[in-house]
Amino acid sequence: MAEAIAERTAAAVPGSDGAPLLVVRGLNAWYGESHVLHGVDFDVIGGEVVTLLGRNGAGKTTTLRSIMGMVPRRQGSVLFEGAETIGLASNRIAQRGIAYCPEERGIFASLDVEENLLLPPVVRDGGLSVDEIYALFPNLRERRGSQGTKLSGGEQQMLAIGRILRTGARMLLLDEPTEGLAPVIVQQIGRTIARLKASGFTILLVEQNFRFAATVADRHYVIEHGRVADMIRNDQLDANMNKLHDYLGV
Amino acid sequence: MTEIFGVPTQALFGQLLIGLINGAFYALLSLGLAVIFGLLNIINFAHGAQYMMGAFCAWLLLEYWGVGYWWSLLLAPIAVGVTGVVIERTMLSRLYKLDHLYGLLLTFGIALIFQGLFTQHYGSSGQPYRLPTEFSGGYNLGFMFLPKYRAWVIVASLVVCLSTWYVIERTKLGSYLRAATENPSLVQAFGINVPRMITLTYGFGVGLAALAGVMAAPIYQVSPQMGANLIIVVFAVVVIGGMGSILGAILTGFGLGVIEGLTKVFYPEASNTVIFVIMVLVLLVKPAGMFGRER
Repeated sequence: MAEAIAERTAAAVPGSDGAPLLVVRGLNAWYGESHVLHGVDFDVIGGEVVTLLGRNGAGKTTTLRSIMGMVPRRQGSVLFEGAETIGLASNRIAQRGIAYCPEERGIFASLDVEENLLLPPVVRDGGLSVDEIYALFPNLRERRGSQGTKLSGGEQQMLAIGRILRTGARMLLLDEPTEGLAPVIVQQIGRTIARLKASGFTILLVEQNFRFAATVADRHYVIEHGRVADMIRNDQLDANMNKLHDYLGV
Repeated sequence: MTEIFGVPTQALFGQLLIGLINGAFYALLSLGLAVIFGLLNIINFAHGAQYMMGAFCAWLLLEYWGVGYWWSLLLAPIAVGVTGVVIERTMLSRLYKLDHLYGLLLTFGIALIFQGLFTQHYGSSGQPYRLPTEFSGGYNLGFMFLPKYRAWVIVASLVVCLSTWYVIERTKLGSYLRAATENPSLVQAFGINVPRMITLTYGFGVGLAALAGVMAAPIYQVSPQMGANLIIVVFAVVVIGGMGSILGAILTGFGLGVIEGLTKVFYPEASNTVIFVIMVLVLLVKPAGMFGRER
């Protein structure tokens, strides 16, 4: 299984140097007694945008949280830049240069917008400056003194993405950044992801909305019952549409 | 002699001062409890014992090593704070995944053990703590006499409370603390060592209790039960202010001290119960407390 996936991912994506930045092998995760991930295998190559697609409860969010070290118990292997991170606490994983944007956005109500933006510590050089983040999301500059949770859903999402760009992490884990947002905001998030990719960020994205995923991603992994069921390159998405409909039940 | 509402002004201001002094201790103690509850979600029942240990630490430093009040003000909170750090690391940290009740039980047990140990060693009668000479005397304010030490306690408590509020609400360090209070796992996933922050926060809250103990030593007798008597009132203060609210703890601490003092003047029979009556009324109207947010 692992070899088969390694073979499929070995076909390098145009524009990347072909070296896997993140290698996930045999990843298992548990919440208490419930065994959620049953051996997830996939790679993300430096500079790629990769999505995890799948039905509700398939294990997409748990995969991100397991990579980040945020589940109570996990096993397997998560190599980042060639180094094992499975045994590290989540703060140490963040300091290796992986940043996480949760599905519920995680904006802090007791912090104002600027405090939210400045909260994640810088872990490496080369992050965006606060001015660059405000240039990317001008709404945030206007509302910098507001309480974090007084922002609209779209503004909260921009804040949640913006604040991890400051840290210098080059690998971003984004959990459903378009969920519940108006189409015009979804387009803005899509343009942002494209710009981040162009400037060399590597992005692992969880999405329910595969039409959106198709506009930003290089490859898609389909997660089913806590395993990777399939990998589809974005340029082969049309040919695989029937299969994908089956997987997602749409 | 002048009177206000049929009460001599001397008596009124005298009780007001006692109320402010008590309020200064209520505020310091409930502030520590609020800081600990905010981040650890644990009601620190050992707080009264740790206040007592602060007073004893100052007394022991003076009796056995001749270390005076000013050094005690620094050393006792550090020493008692370190015992707090040890308790958090070795015991409390194992309970976070369980029901909050276990933290309460553990800290209650720790309080009983410490109080028992001190009673066994030093007896249950109080030990006097000599007032530092620079505090003898006082100020004649015209309408009342204000002893220097009492003035110091009120000012020092206000400064400590407001500095703590400032650090938590207005600084970068405080923003970590506030964020970790809301969502510790996300703050840790941003690269911040939240477990260490929790340990240090507990140590700080315990240190605040010990600081209050040192300040109380020259006013009250230093006795093993001094914290147990005070802490019940302090818990009522915390509930009225709102669990976890920093400003709420400070304001209700001073406010209820004053109300208690005034009750002694106008209706002495109720002075021991007035705080609990207020607690019941506040809980009926605002179950989360006056400054608390509903969770």
